[in-house]
Amino acid sequence: MLSFTPEELVAIHLSLKIALVATAASLPPGLLVAWALARRDFWGKTLLNGIVHLPLILPPVVTGYLLLLLMGRKGPIGSILDQYFGIVFAFRWTGAALAAGIMGFPLLVRAIRLSIELVDRRLEQAAVTLGAAPIWVFMTVTLPLALPGIIAGTILSFGKALGEFGATITFVSNIPGETQTIPTAIYTYTNVPGGETAAMRLVVISIIISMAALVLSELLARRVSAKVIGDER
Amino acid sequence: MSVEISLRHRIGALDIAADFTSAAGITALFGRSGSGKTTLVNMVAGLTRPDSGIIKISDNILFDSARGINLPPHKRRVGYVFQEARLFPHLTVKQNLNYGAFFTKARDMRHFSHIVSLLGIGHLLERRPLHLSGGERQRIAIGRALLSDPDILLMDEPLASLDDDRKGEILPYLERLRDEAEMPILYVTHAVPEIARLATSVVLINDGKSIASGSAAEILGRLDLLPFTAQDESGAGALIDASISRHEVDDQLTILASPLGELRIPALGAAIGTHLRVQIKARDVMLSLTRPTDISALNIVRCQVTELREDDGGMVNVSLERDGTTFLARITPKSARDLKLAPAKPLYAVIKSVAFDRRLIGTWN
Repeated sequence: MLSFTPEELVAIHLSLKIALVATAASLPPGLLVAWALARRDFWGKTLLNGIVHLPLILPPVVTGYLLLLLMGRKGPIGSILDQYFGIVFAFRWTGAALAAGIMGFPLLVRAIRLSIELVDRRLEQAAVTLGAAPIWVFMTVTLPLALPGIIAGTILSFGKALGEFGATITFVSNIPGETQTIPTAIYTYTNVPGGETAAMRLVVISIIISMAALVLSELLARRVSAKVIGDER
Repeated sequence: MSVEISLRHRIGALDIAADFTSAAGITALFGRSGSGKTTLVNMVAGLTRPDSGIIKISDNILFDSARGINLPPHKRRVGYVFQEARLFPHLTVKQNLNYGAFFTKARDMRHFSHIVSLLGIGHLLERRPLHLSGGERQRIAIGRALLSDPDILLMDEPLASLDDDRKGEILPYLERLRDEAEMPILYVTHAVPEIARLATSVVLINDGKSIASGSAAEILGRLDLLPFTAQDESGAGALIDASISRHEVDDQLTILASPLGELRIPALGAAIGTHLRVQIKARDVMLSLTRPTDISALNIVRCQVTELREDDGGMVNVSLERDGTTFLARITPKSARDLKLAPAKPLYAVIKSVAFDRRLIGTWN
């Protein structure tokens, strides 16, 4: 049953690529935003928090449509990117990664923010008095102690990216070989007569990938927290 | 190296106004809880920004509101030992110790092994902080602060969260640190025993204000400051410098040479010639107009009254002097009346040997 057609293999490969790129690209801004929300007071904090969480609340189709309006070739941002940098998102796999990244962003930021908030600020103060500049305090104290939450957030946003459907299909459509991911491929197969076995194969592979990601994150988190809370071996 | 501090700050309902200088040795910032001592050291460390004032260590200005100078905390070269050790749980003891040296580029293996042996933490280097005892953690926190090569050491009630045994375990290390390190140490405490053991000088803080400062013996010996320095019935007592002149092994006694003459105290396990500072609690001192005979107490000191002062509890505190050294006695108003005590009256002070509390005897080098 698990012998895939070339078209299915392309969809699986694309899905993994899009989810990995989306997660990797959203991690640095995710850390920055989470840290700012957890540790800084600034003008517009509530607004930033709202914008970050919007994709979680809005219907995905709306997010996708907004992306199309803004980032499409004729859109205000998309046209500038296209004209000056030659970067095009609409109807490309990069657009699918952008949509997936944005949809996973709130989950990523939320998990990291919560874990940063749990880091004892008194330890950060101690680091400062020992001569560590703020960026070093973040790198050597905050980040390692928040690592379990960062791993959890990364896996969540990876899972979200892998399963993203509404925003993706609205923004970059469902083009085999370019933007067709596992979810949109399953949707296609279930809409054509005789496509059930192909859909089933992709369903099984989805479950396998998701389980693998969960197990991996669990193992990582366990190792990290054992280290953080001090496991004498 | 000397420290010059002059700060004004308002926090909640508390107005802080502190002016003092301190040099090498331990300067105790002494006062009740909530009197603003911690805020004061936080301002020295740069964790709290004062409303106005100056903080200077030798020629290095850390803060000067008039000139708009406010060095960020990581550039102040201040070692801070917090009440709770605040060790990094994700790092080993060794990594904790080396944390500051990484940023101040002060890494020096000889210095490292010296500090490790000074604090007796060599066997803990590969461990993680979670499973250490409170006393071990606090020693490592002290080592970590020292190894960041600071110009000044701040200690905020470093013993407050420890039980008496753990305190006793750390006090000798602090004494060695005080006598060996050249940097000034600001030591926040509300405990008279720690002052008696450790402090070179004392800054008395009350309601945010520095109301008196001077040598530890001077501050603890002042009758007018007793409302602050006598925290409970047993608290008050002058500090007397002494050195061990001999041991009388058969009698379980150690004989001290002191400005009050020879003092006999319960046997101490220290070498002859060791410099000590003992606290003579005011309530342990009896007064007699004639030299008592046939009495169990082994210390009888000829002295004279310099001042009498009745305290809030109705008791009379008597300041006594012998050859320029002051100590205190605390008696009832009836005794003061019956003995007709008045300034310049000569008498004998009687101090039981067993009244010398070994835990309050500090060692000085």
